[in-house]
Amino acid sequence: MDLTPIWLTLKLAAITTLILLLIGLPLAWWLSKKRSFVKIIIEAIITMPLVLPPSVLGFYLLLAFSPQRGLGHWLQQTFDVQFVFSFQGLVLASVIYSMPFMISPVKSAFQQLPQSLSQASYTLGKSQWQTFRYVLLPNIKPSLLTAAVLTFAHTLGEFGVVLMIGGNIPGVTRVASIAVYDSVEQMNYTAANNYSLVLFTITFVMVLSVFIYNKYQAKSPLE
Amino acid sequence: MIAVEIEKKLKAYKGLQILLIKKQFIPGSITRITGPSGAGKTTFLKMLAGLINPDSGTIKAGNTIWFDASQNINLSPQKRRIGFVFQDYALFPNMTVKEHLEYATNDTAWINRLLSIGVLETFTNHKPNHLSGGQQQRLAILRALATKPKLLLMDEPFSALDIKMKSALIKELQALFIGLGATALIVSHNPQELDGISTAELEIGD
Repeated sequence: MDLTPIWLTLKLAAITTLILLLIGLPLAWWLSKKRSFVKIIIEAIITMPLVLPPSVLGFYLLLAFSPQRGLGHWLQQTFDVQFVFSFQGLVLASVIYSMPFMISPVKSAFQQLPQSLSQASYTLGKSQWQTFRYVLLPNIKPSLLTAAVLTFAHTLGEFGVVLMIGGNIPGVTRVASIAVYDSVEQMNYTAANNYSLVLFTITFVMVLSVFIYNKYQAKSPLE
Repeated sequence: MIAVEIEKKLKAYKGLQILLIKKQFIPGSITRITGPSGAGKTTFLKMLAGLINPDSGTIKAGNTIWFDASQNINLSPQKRRIGFVFQDYALFPNMTVKEHLEYATNDTAWINRLLSIGVLETFTNHKPNHLSGGQQQRLAILRALATKPKLLLMDEPFSALDIKMKSALIKELQALFIGLGATALIVSHNPQELDGISTAELEIGD
């Protein structure tokens, strides 16, 4: 079995999760604070990939980043980056596609913390950043871990978006889910089964560990 | 001297209600705040601390203006350096007793003194969910004192303590306030609780 698609999938999922941790944490924190109309709009946009057909998202990304026109053309001319049929394109699409899996649990975890926690920290003279770092963040750890694992697992399972923007280039954009499809197309059921089994096992172990961890954490008064 | 003259619209059960407070607090005084539930006692304390903004009016501490709606002055809670005991304690679930105090101050001698006042020396490595209600409440009081504030705002700080512990702690606190030169505002539902130590009274609502 050619393991490249598996490695590519794991690499994609790891990078996507890392990027989403970096963007998702501050974004979720901001969204968890006072509501406003702008925030509702932003939240709706972030949540859309949950229900939008992946091919629709992939199609628009393909249009937006096509090097023949507009944004894609400009990016290629100015920075020499191409998001279509490239690994960075997969990363970009995955970040958008998996964003609700990171934002939503982290946001509700922040909202569940009593407001008086931050207030107490402020009265002790601590800044917003210190409060975030030493009070809020440590107390949402279980949710953060769940969000990271789900983001990772969800990225492993991507198919439609990845196929639309990345295509099926061996070693570049052919991730495991596409390798399964490709193998079936070529009537190579053994290969399809191998890839599927690996994905199945990884996903099962990840989801199972989230459940086990959360049950253990349920003793915490905040859960 | 802390001079307060503020107004705030409160959304109450009966509809809109105006909370109007005009009062001066003498340095070193201990004021007992009373009033029915929902009258705005907690809101008043939070406005003093800078956690909620009044609609109009002024708050002055000595020569410093903390809040002035007409001049758009609103000092942040961090700069007001107030000790605040929250009604729900607001303890940090991730920190042990000792870490709570270390988060607030670096002064080890002071931390040890506070721990002994709160009778929590043997619980320094416990997190809040492994403390009893009374221990949690004492920790909340100690944390508020850790920064050696000049103004202490305490929202029903003794409600979970048994009588013996309460009277011992109140005695200790009284001495501590004198040592710090602190002014204290204490919300209390129990009429006898602060007898003999409170020097002023503020009734909110009705």
